[in-house]
Amino acid sequence: MTRYFTVEHEWIDVDGSTATVGITDYAQAQLGDIVFVELPAKGAALAKGKEAAVVESVKAASDVYAPVSGTVTEANSALEGEPALVNSAPEGDGWFFKLTLSNPGELEGLMDANAYEAWVKSL
Amino acid sequence: MSETHEIEEGATPAALPLDAWHRARGARMVEFAGYHMPIQYEGIIAEHLWTRESAGLFDVSHMGQLMFSGDDEAALEDALEALLPANIKGLAEGKQAYSILLNEEGGALDDLMITRTPTGFYMVVNGAVKWDDIGHIREHLPDAFTMNHMEDRDLLALQGPKAVDALKRVVPGVDKLYFMEAGSFLWGHEPLWVSRSGYTGEDGYEISVPAAHVAALADALCAQPEVKPIGLGARDSLRLEAGLPLYGHDLDATIDPIQASLGFAVPKRRRDGGFLGAARVLASIANGPPSKRIGLKVEGRMPAREGALIYMGDQQVGVVTSGGFSPSLQIPIAMGYVSAAHAALGTALEIDVRGKRLAAIVTAMPFVPNTYVRKGAAK
Repeated sequence: MTRYFTVEHEWIDVDGSTATVGITDYAQAQLGDIVFVELPAKGAALAKGKEAAVVESVKAASDVYAPVSGTVTEANSALEGEPALVNSAPEGDGWFFKLTLSNPGELEGLMDANAYEAWVKSL
Repeated sequence: MSETHEIEEGATPAALPLDAWHRARGARMVEFAGYHMPIQYEGIIAEHLWTRESAGLFDVSHMGQLMFSGDDEAALEDALEALLPANIKGLAEGKQAYSILLNEEGGALDDLMITRTPTGFYMVVNGAVKWDDIGHIREHLPDAFTMNHMEDRDLLALQGPKAVDALKRVVPGVDKLYFMEAGSFLWGHEPLWVSRSGYTGEDGYEISVPAAHVAALADALCAQPEVKPIGLGARDSLRLEAGLPLYGHDLDATIDPIQASLGFAVPKRRRDGGFLGAARVLASIANGPPSKRIGLKVEGRMPAREGALIYMGDQQVGVVTSGGFSPSLQIPIAMGYVSAAHAALGTALEIDVRGKRLAAIVTAMPFVPNTYVRKGAAK
């Protein structure tokens, strides 16, 4: 399994043609206390760069864009009852959704953990 | 990820005297009202709940502090009553009133607090519009009266049920004030102007302090075990729970005080007019306003925010002007304007959020009961 990162502060775990998507620890810290996450429905077709989810913190609503294109196979139902999982475990139990990649070539150009860490430090 | 900031863009934000103080305490700073301001320290929910159960210190030095004076006190009262719908003549020394600055058309230019001091009147206005307020007031206030913008003073708010315990240890005597009373107190050799009021729905104080001493006072207050610094984020969620309007969002130049459900700011003695904008305000009292500011409890967990449209069936009947998740109630709450026919308590409405219809019920405000310590009330 390989983990990729985007400049929009999302992470993507890729296992074959299946990808799991969430937001990074840096992103959750920037957003603050998360009170609601609106997730895409199973079967939804997501296009890279288009709205995929909405994260509601106390102060604002923020869009999460699909880092890659694909069809949603599962949304993290644990976030319905406990949206704060995104704060406490953003890169683990606080994942957002899983999808089947429709264009694996889109993974090219995404960052690995070292590159993302270096980029965040530069912000 | 893109964040929808509710922070107004300023050209070059200025640093307030406590800027370094906030940063040293881990504050995340944002632009607000032309200044760098702390939006949060440890987190909005934790800060919000701390204020509700203990005491929170807020830096509100962006707000405008104005002092009005003149040789002829009765003439100054008349001049202020020509500007404001408040009962200035009936305001005793050391008493504070909430009022609304109106334009000629009866629309709200700002909301404010005014207090009679031993030498005149002290006013606190919102930071985001203070320069416009000053221009408007100067234009309408006769030249015989002085308006001093006290830029050499900062303003702190200490809010919460334990604010009184913490503050009286630092500034003895403040516990003698009741809600909406104010007076001069000495902190060491420094004169403070302290009022028992605030913007959270909790008991608490607002403290005007010479800017040169604000950091030392903030340190002295945060050294009290009850007190933590609180950012603008929690200030907003606290005032929303308290049902208090935020100027520029829940109140603007198109809205009159009656429409804003702030009729108490136009006391009986002033309901024969004689203030700027009175024609519309009196008509609004007589005929009822076309729309009203109301509170809404929203079903589910998804917050409805400013700009969301409010529906009764297929008909749009209003718009949300402030909304978010209530940390104290653990539900989404909102305030907004709906047409008068749909403003009654208990009315079932719907709010459109990103194409979803959320059920919402018109609810009395405050959403969270206030804990003001009023004179004459049973303790």
